[in-house]
Order: sequence, then structure tokens, then C-alpha cells
Amino acid sequence: MAFFLETLIGGLMAGMLYSLVALGFVLIYKASGVFNFAQGAMVLFAALAMARFAEWIPQWTGIQSPIVANLAAFVIAGAIMFVVAWLIEKLVLRHLVNQEGATLLMATLGITYFLEGLGQTLFGSDIYKIDIGMPKEPIFMLDGMFQGGILVNKEDVIAAAIAAALVALLSVFFQKTSTGRALRAVADDHQAAQSIGIPLNRIWVIVWCVAGVVALVAGMIWGSKLGVQFSLTTVALRALPVVILGGLTSVPGAIIGGLIIGVGEKLSEVYLGPFVGGGIEIWFAYVLALVFLLFRPQGLFGEKIIDRV
Amino acid sequence: MLYRENGQFKTSYRADQQIFPIAQDRIAVALLLAVAFLVVPMLASDYIFRAILIPFVIMALAALGVNILVGYCGQISLGSGAFMAVGAYGAYNFFVRFPGMPLIPALILGGLCATFFGILFGLPSLRVKGLYLAVATLAAQFFSDWMFLRIKWFTNNSDSGSVSVNNLQVFGFPIESATSKYLFCLALLVVVALLAKNLVRGAIGREWMAIRDMDVAAAVIGIRPMYAKLSAFAVSSFIVGMAGALWAFVHLGAWEPAAFSVEISFRLLFMVIIGGLGSIAGGFFGAAFIVVLPIVLNQFLPAFMGLFGIEVSTAGVSHAELMIFGALIVWFLIVEPHGLAKLWSTAKQKLRLWPFPH
Repeated sequence: MAFFLETLIGGLMAGMLYSLVALGFVLIYKASGVFNFAQGAMVLFAALAMARFAEWIPQWTGIQSPIVANLAAFVIAGAIMFVVAWLIEKLVLRHLVNQEGATLLMATLGITYFLEGLGQTLFGSDIYKIDIGMPKEPIFMLDGMFQGGILVNKEDVIAAAIAAALVALLSVFFQKTSTGRALRAVADDHQAAQSIGIPLNRIWVIVWCVAGVVALVAGMIWGSKLGVQFSLTTVALRALPVVILGGLTSVPGAIIGGLIIGVGEKLSEVYLGPFVGGGIEIWFAYVLALVFLLFRPQGLFGEKIIDRV
Repeated sequence: MLYRENGQFKTSYRADQQIFPIAQDRIAVALLLAVAFLVVPMLASDYIFRAILIPFVIMALAALGVNILVGYCGQISLGSGAFMAVGAYGAYNFFVRFPGMPLIPALILGGLCATFFGILFGLPSLRVKGLYLAVATLAAQFFSDWMFLRIKWFTNNSDSGSVSVNNLQVFGFPIESATSKYLFCLALLVVVALLAKNLVRGAIGREWMAIRDMDVAAAVIGIRPMYAKLSAFAVSSFIVGMAGALWAFVHLGAWEPAAFSVEISFRLLFMVIIGGLGSIAGGFFGAAFIVVLPIVLNQFLPAFMGLFGIEVSTAGVSHAELMIFGALIVWFLIVEPHGLAKLWSTAKQKLRLWPFPH
């Protein structure tokens, strides 16, 4: 029982991180109808920038405090993501208005390649670490109830807390601010939003910026867990089933989908893996999402689209 | 003047329904085939065969298959690499487990394995479409990556999943030299392309296109979505599977599951989009572009940067390659979203009137 709970909690924590990446997908899809395959490359790019600047700032300025260095690196990486978002809107999306979904998907694949190449050219392609002072040692909970207690990673708890805070912040942003309302209006209908005077281009820049910041936070957390390296882009591929499970247009869907996928992955790996040779984590999530789609094609919280001829 | 069709009257339905109704097209295609089969083998060196021509021919075959699914039936697929892998390992299993199995039946049986796999993972297309389906097809990709790495039976109990074949021959002719490999793949490509061309302009192709353009409307006028979508998945994955088997058997010789990773799925999709969705010729253009581009970049980028006195490391070249690749894709999508095939047909339109402006 204790082991089961441990796996479950581990899954929930991992799921929280998946939702963080999935959130980036959902935000962009919601506001512009673009399925942003470049989210993984953005995570890598942001994490690389952050890791390298945290390293460079002490060298350049002589400031030794890791807090200042990390903070400054975070701000600089955030600024870089703003520039990237602005350039993507300016150079790519603006020219592809009203193209088909497949074309836009391909464009983001192109952006993926470009960002991967650019990131590694600018920041190097070795393995870097981000050290934001996350505690590494595990803690034990519920000692009284189970023998030996339940082992929980403190790092995971903090990461999950950050993710949850970000989600709450974004929800408030979407629900309460006028920009958030404009974003939702654009999501509902581009043309209608434009006709009442909402500038489509600015909305796109904003939403890509937000996605960039989400990517930065995701990159920071994943990077401090796994190290910043090229394989970080695959995190995006693992977050994709989360998006389709939760529904492409739903922020809560990304969270709950993330939790389901996280738990499903861990439990399947532990309890099912040994029978079939292990390593089933990555496809299990996809197959889970696939089977789910057969019953509810729009995902858990996605909007039901009614086709008319 | 060269490309004018006045005076070419069709006096029978047969003549009207030919694949190439214009005489100049027929001549051009015949010339092209003659060059491909006769002139190229005399001129090309071994390096060009192995690095460019053989990959191009096989990838064109695969792109043809992907185009049937994505371009003609509108079902975006990111799992083409998986279908190639299933074709390759399927053909491998038939090839080594049945002594004396000839190459061509092994390829076809490999293609049939891929067909089965394709139909299985095409089932979600009955419920979901568009981007959801694109992600759903990734399931096929990751499942096959895992399957061939972990289930030893498929790889004849090799530890890493890497397998090899040798002594390929067709009707007693060995397929060993680069020229024979090229000719074999090219012959297969021509046959499949002809079949595919006829398929897409027949009843089934029209059903696919109706489903692509608007599936609800197609269903209303009596096209069965299930039959149309699954048949597109079946035909497409058969061709892609055969291409995968060729890629493994003829091009690589020895391979491992990583040879058919998600990267190859992306590349196939690029080929189709850059070449032109819904066009048989488009697959050829796209394959040529995607196969040749990295080689050209690899060859010329260091030399080009050297002109400015900049030394480029190997890693630098590969990063620059990624960047140029990405930028070109975006550029292409912006400038010519209908692909190279559209440029080609525009050029033909202009030639019909040339040298008169109207």
C-alpha cells in the first residue's frame, strides 16, 4: 500500500510538470488555433539561455550570490523569450493567417528546427545544470500509518507548487483581466474579435510571450531535475498525450490530463512494465490518450465541435 | 511554342482519360524514364548512387505513400516512420524465417504487415480528425519504437534490435552493386507510382478527396467515411511499409529501430508539404529537396563560411543545418504553401501561352 501511494504521488508530481508543458500548447492553441510543436524547442531554448546566463553573469560582473545570478538569468531568459515570441509573430505567423491547420503545424515544426539549431549555436550543446537551490533530499510522510512511511521528493513538491501557482496565475489572467478577455474572444472567433477592434497581431505576440514564459518555467524546473540538454525537447513529446487527453482548448484539461497521464505512466511502468519488458512509459501515455479519444473525441474538457455542411 | 496543345483532339473516351492526355507530357515522361533508367546508371558515380539517388528513390516512394494519406485523404499522420519500421521488420521476419523466400514477395509481405498496423492505428481517425489525429498517430510511432527494441521475437533475438540482411537477389540477379540497387528501387517506384496515379484518379481516389475536403458533406452524399479513411490508411501504409523495407534491405543493409524514429516521420511530412499535398509528382519533388538539401549544406556550408574567414566545427555545421532547414521550411510555407508541385503546374500554365502574354 505504501509503495502504491508512493508511486501514485510520484506520478502526480510528474504529471504536474507535464501539465506545465501542456499548458504552453493549450495557451497557443486556444488563442490562435496553432498547434505549437515548437513548445519543446522553446523549453530547451529558454532553459539553455537561463543555464548559461546563470553561469556567465558571475563571470562577467563578479557577483557571487547564486540568488542574484539566477534571478538575473531568469529575467534575461524571459526577455529573450519575449524577443523570440515577437519575432515568431512578425516573421512567421503574420504571413500564415488563414492557412490550414496542417500548414501551421508544419511551420511550428520549422520553428522547432530553427530554435534547436539557434539555441545550440548560441549557448553550446553540452549538458548544463540549472541550480536554483532546490532541495534534493527526500522526505518521509505518514510514518505512523505505514511502515517506513511514504517517500516523497521535496524537489518534486516544490516543482508541483510552482506549477500550480503558475496555473492559478494564468487562470486569473484569462478570467479577470481585459487582455485575458481579449485572448478568449480571439480564441472564439478571429474575425468577430477583429471586427470589434481587438488587434489580432498584438494578441498573438502576447500569447506567444506567455507561452515563452511558461516554457521558461518548465525548462527551469525540468532543467534543474534532469540537466539542460538536447533531450529536453522530448519532454514536449511526452506532454502531447496530456494535451489531447485534456482537450486542446482547456486550461483545466491540461492540468487534469497531466495528472492522469503522470499517474498512468508511473503505475503502468511499475505494475504492467515487468510483464512486457519495461520501458512502456512513453507509449502507454499515448495509447491511453488514444483509447480515451475513441470514447470522447474532443478530450476531457475540450469543446464539442458540431460540423455543419 | 513547345508546350501547346491545340490541334490535339481527343476522339475517344479512352484518349480523354489517359494519365497524360497531352502529347508533350507523354514525350517528356518517356524521356525522363529513359534518362533515369539508361543515362543515369552510365554517368553517376558510386557515391552519388549511395548518398543521393538511392535514398531519393526510396524516400520518394515513402512520400508517395504518405501523400495518399495526408494529401489525398486529409488525415495528417506523424506515424509514417512506424509504418516504415513495421514494413522493414515484417519483411525481415519473412525473409529470414522462410528459407528461400525471394526478395519481392518478402517486400510485399512486409508491406502487408504495415497495412495491418496502419489500419489498426488508423481506427482513431474514425472518431478524431485534424490535429488530434496527428498526435494520435504518434502513438503508432512510439509503440513501434518500443516494440522493435523490446520484443525480441521481431528482431530474431538480437539484443539491441539491430539486424542485417545479405545476399539479396531478384530473379537470380544479385542486388549488390549500387547501380543494381538503384535500378531495382527505381523500377519498383515507377510501378507503384503508376498504380497510385491510377488509384487516385479512380473512384476510390475521389472518395478520399471528398473526405479530405469535407467529411460530413462526403458522408451525406453517400461516401462511407470508414471505408474511405481505412482504405487510405491501408494503401498508404502498404506503400510506406514497402519503402521502409527497401530502405532497410537495400539502402542500409543493417539497421536498428532508431533508423525509423519520429525524425523520419517529420521528414516524410516535410517532403509531402514542400513537394505539394495531393499530387503524385509532389512526393518526388519533396523527396529530392529533403534528401539533397542536407548533403548540399554539408558540402558547401564550411566552404562558404570559409570565404568570410569563419571556421565552422562539425557541431556548428549540424546546428546551422538545423537552422537553415527550419528557416527554409517556414519560408516555403509562406511563399508557396501549395508546394513545389504547384510551381511546376504554374510553369506549365505559363508555357501553354508562351510567348504570348494572354
